[in-house]
Amino acid sequence: MKTKPILECSARDCHPASVPDYLPLDELRELQLQRLQAVVERSWEQVEHFRARMDERGLVPDDIRALEDIAKLPFTVKSDLRDTYPFGLFASPMKDVVRLHASSGTTGKPIVVAYTQEDIDVWTSVVVRCLAGCGLHRGDIIQVAYGYGLFTGGLGAHYGAEGLGATVVPTSGGKADRQIMLMKDFGVTAICCTPTYFLHLIDRAAELGVDMKELPVRAGVFGAEPWTDSMRKHIETHSGIEAFDIYGLSEIIGPGVGCECRRHQGLHIFEDHFYPEIINPETGESLPDGSEGELVLTTLSKQAMPMIRYRTRDITSLLTGRCDCGRTMRRIGRIGRRSDDMLILRGVNVFPSQVETALLQIEGTLPNYQIVLTREQGLDQMEVQVEVTPHMFNDKIGALQGLQGRIQSALDHVLGIRVKVALVEANTIARSEGKAKRVIDRRTS
Amino acid sequence: MKIQQLSLFVENKPGHLTAPALLLAREGVDIRALYLADTEQFGIVRLIVSDLPKAMELLQAHGFVAKITEVLAVEVPDHPGGLADVLGALDGSGLNIEYMYAFPYLCGGRAILIFRFNDPDAAIARLQAKSINLVAGDELLK
Repeated sequence: MKTKPILECSARDCHPASVPDYLPLDELRELQLQRLQAVVERSWEQVEHFRARMDERGLVPDDIRALEDIAKLPFTVKSDLRDTYPFGLFASPMKDVVRLHASSGTTGKPIVVAYTQEDIDVWTSVVVRCLAGCGLHRGDIIQVAYGYGLFTGGLGAHYGAEGLGATVVPTSGGKADRQIMLMKDFGVTAICCTPTYFLHLIDRAAELGVDMKELPVRAGVFGAEPWTDSMRKHIETHSGIEAFDIYGLSEIIGPGVGCECRRHQGLHIFEDHFYPEIINPETGESLPDGSEGELVLTTLSKQAMPMIRYRTRDITSLLTGRCDCGRTMRRIGRIGRRSDDMLILRGVNVFPSQVETALLQIEGTLPNYQIVLTREQGLDQMEVQVEVTPHMFNDKIGALQGLQGRIQSALDHVLGIRVKVALVEANTIARSEGKAKRVIDRRTS
Repeated sequence: MKIQQLSLFVENKPGHLTAPALLLAREGVDIRALYLADTEQFGIVRLIVSDLPKAMELLQAHGFVAKITEVLAVEVPDHPGGLADVLGALDGSGLNIEYMYAFPYLCGGRAILIFRFNDPDAAIARLQAKSINLVAGDELLK
């Protein structure tokens, strides 16, 4: 018997969860306003930190009468999460929290995020909508090669892929040879990982004599780090897959805040759950759609940890108008840069201040240092160059190599990823206006 | 009996030895012996120079990272077996040579071996007991 499509939708990338993607704009705005009012009310009642910010501005939840009133609300920034570590921004009692995730922050303490069961369900549904928009469906075999654990990437993609009804291969990150073997042996049709990791897999597959173009894999859903259109071209040419950009951040929910559809005309933001604004990062002033600025997101339905006007630090613009795919939701342009100093390396957040923390642990003094980012064989590499001080210098090669090793382990420990360490001569790191330039980014697309 | 040696950190890159060498040359500091220990990424230049305080001051003033280390200088006849005799004298002492290098002595027929020991004082006692000729710093710079 022939099964009838559940939706009246001509697009082949439809899934029941995708219905809101096509909401008429007036209905969407109405829904957004209702949800915004509810989330503001809830945060005001449950989160002391938020209520204090509202009080400072003489605001009460009833002041939010129209969507535009969102501009009156205070911003939330990453340091608010740090300052209230670990549970200060929770709006649900712990008995209702079913999951905690954490990401790296600028200091030793991570940023903690929480989910109720309802939040997990919403998260799953938005990732389902991402994957459906990429043309994936039940019957696909999806390899999830994001790291599983405190990082939202692995589990976020996993639940979404399962929710879609696909077969999930939860390989997590690392072990490229095994990833390639399973991709081949299981007939994997789609992969979720960071774009640079996939570049690495392409190269490794070639070394192993596996031609990715001959494999059934046809789609890659890549995120957790900024990447460019020329990387997309490289990936698509060398692997024969269609590459999709997925966007998300732990503070908002994890992966699934937005994703490209098959038209590749920007990333659809799932506006029924995440309300996007663009602001001038210098002044905080709201900018009209189409202008480039910092993306600010408000979670409209999050229970455990609502975020009101969270400053993502990602620079992009909001694209309006119905996409050729039929979705009504606004899109963001691909994110090329961030307004703060955070580095994203192989999907992991790295801050120069973390490097400082690690170096301080070693010698008790902070030598001059520089972070050099390069892209080798498609994989982002970070080298920390450390100027040798008289205090650190030792006449024996073994002692210097030992020092190098200790710096290496301290960095591995603090950053959670492997980086290279180079000892360099004193006064060789360029300083401008007496201040060393900490980060040299030589990654080209 | 200990000799003062100057150790200098340099990166293992073309031209990185030139700057300190030029600096010492310009100020009339003579290099009597030089040994370069290297890794793929960096090296340590060990120098015995005619005027250590001056060399040290010059290098530090120009931002180089340098350090004074104490080593021992042993004089041996410059013929086959010269080195083997000294090493033989150390056998069974438990002394460890952290590094060593050698250079011919200009005043004919002899060579100088420079040692860094894990325990210089014990090494001096041992070598003297075995009648090995240790050279004092001022003699070396004559």
